[in-house]
Amino acid sequence: MRKTLNHKALWLASPALLLVAFTALIPLLTVVNYSVQDTFGDNKFFWVGAEWYKEILLSERFHAAFFRQVAFSAAILAIEIPLGLAIALAMPKKGWGVSVCLVLMALPLLIPWNVVGTIWQIFARVDIGLLGHTLAGFGFDYNYTQDPVAAWITLIVMDVWHWTSLVVLLCYAGLVAIPQAYYQAARIDGASRWAVFRHIELPKLNRVLLIAVLLRFMDSFMIYTEPFVVTGGGPGNTTTFLSVDLVQMAIGQFDLGPAAAMSVVYFLIILGLSWLFYTVMTREDTDAEGRLP
Amino acid sequence: MARIDLKNISHSYVAAPNTENNFALKTLNMSWQDGGAYALLGPSGCGKTTLLNIISGLLHPTHGAVLFDGDDITNRPPEKRNIAQVFQFPVVYDTMTVFQNLAFPLRNRNVPGKEIKQRVNRIAEMLELTESLPRRARDLSADAKQKISLGRGLVRTDVAAILFDEPLTVIDPQLKWSLRSQLKHLHAEFRHTMIYVTHDQTEALTFADQVIVMSEGEVVQASSPQALYERPVHTFVGRFIGSPGMNILPCEIDGAFLILADHRIPMDHIEPAAPETARLEFGVRPEFVHFSDEDDALPVSVSAIEDAGRYKIARLLFKELPIAAILPEDAPPLSATPKIKFDPENSHIYADGYLMEKGE
Repeated sequence: MRKTLNHKALWLASPALLLVAFTALIPLLTVVNYSVQDTFGDNKFFWVGAEWYKEILLSERFHAAFFRQVAFSAAILAIEIPLGLAIALAMPKKGWGVSVCLVLMALPLLIPWNVVGTIWQIFARVDIGLLGHTLAGFGFDYNYTQDPVAAWITLIVMDVWHWTSLVVLLCYAGLVAIPQAYYQAARIDGASRWAVFRHIELPKLNRVLLIAVLLRFMDSFMIYTEPFVVTGGGPGNTTTFLSVDLVQMAIGQFDLGPAAAMSVVYFLIILGLSWLFYTVMTREDTDAEGRLP
Repeated sequence: MARIDLKNISHSYVAAPNTENNFALKTLNMSWQDGGAYALLGPSGCGKTTLLNIISGLLHPTHGAVLFDGDDITNRPPEKRNIAQVFQFPVVYDTMTVFQNLAFPLRNRNVPGKEIKQRVNRIAEMLELTESLPRRARDLSADAKQKISLGRGLVRTDVAAILFDEPLTVIDPQLKWSLRSQLKHLHAEFRHTMIYVTHDQTEALTFADQVIVMSEGEVVQASSPQALYERPVHTFVGRFIGSPGMNILPCEIDGAFLILADHRIPMDHIEPAAPETARLEFGVRPEFVHFSDEDDALPVSVSAIEDAGRYKIARLLFKELPIAAILPEDAPPLSATPKIKFDPENSHIYADGYLMEKGE
């Protein structure tokens, strides 16, 4: 029998496409549109080509913010991934402890970003905050509004407090999915605890860890609310990350063109780095026969 | 090589067991000879895997002791016992090659590299894995992975017993046969004590010299496949083993007469001394139900004839009692009023489920 080919079914996708167009594509293209034009108000635009892009890519300010952003993401990934994995490994696998741990772990994730920022802004204050005041009382020279190092530590600790749970929950889900037979076989094979981790748990958690790294990278690379609330980008601009910088440029200075160009560059960087992470972490999976397991 | 003894073993998954029902494994004593091939057979949840894990040390029994060659090893962890275990789902170490997988238990025991290589190559050859040695274990098929699991036990020189926990469950049917015959071959070669857990009677009966049939945490019968077939000691064994299983019919006994549904059948050699209150049952395998023209044969009606390939199963009704009979493939068509007789040598009486010894 000859099959009649037509593509009418594609129309069924149109509501979804329409929705995506309004929520993502059109706003994105508006930004692209701004990034190649200049305006002096009155809704009049002038074509400037790649000028804003050149300005952004060559700007010291952008380089500095980009460097701070990379440093921040690298720091929190370096802490949250191993820490989350370690906590997940230490969590009980059965009994009443499981639900207690899971609820405790989920708590920070349920708090809105700006509330987390506010909590830490107050918690770390030297004059009234429990943490800041206590540290000062012990003689530490800790003041995140004046000392860049203290500001960085505060932001990193806050992010670790807020998001390590996500890594823990992902790893925990991955761990409990490993069949008992693997552990039993390893015991019979005389494997050490380290060998069990290295040859059973880590390979089985590969995918989960990839998701954890991607999520935490993308989220931390776009972080805005918390540093805005806690440090406002300061002291000076030592905690002015890309997003904070972008908002200052777009709303503070109302430089729509450069801000739009920066948005596009920012977006492409996140896309590119995410692709890089994905490729590196799945490379080992695909090389044997060129397919995913 | 080891002889394995279980002394008063019982196990409960409940922390403080107080009733009989808390026990997944009820008290049992068992001896397994060095070099024997044993099968633990029973339906899911009968305690056979629990028993296996107690032998391998993955579980510590609630009561009792496990002895290897007379030494009490109940408190020894699995890696300190001379056993290997193959699980239902093939366990391979994903990131390692087949060679590294096979070498893993030896590396963990600090065997010198040269010896590891020799052992692994030898075992790989026996298991026909030589060509796969440099490949990543995870890319292999399920049956090859199961061979690797087995191989990790065989490479060790200290292994006395190999335990199998339904190892062929995830293997394709065609490959099951070849793996099973390879197992028999390896058993003949190495003479490890092998204990094989399965719920598949064909696997158990073809693999083992002795089959231990379990039900609800108890050993019902431990004997050769032939004895299980010819003299099931319990109606459970009769029903569980055989395809179709044994005909078990409620009956009464009056002197030398067996009474089935008010029909008196003379059976001189049956003289059981059953307590009067016991519930009596008559058991005969379908293979020993014969069609007969003799006057005293039982008239039956035929409810169905099933073709099972090399033989046929006749589903019969004697009054209200269903009886299955096996017919050869080339049997002539049944007469309009078929009659049956039971082979007296292979007819058994059960009292409250248990086989009664025959009077001579």
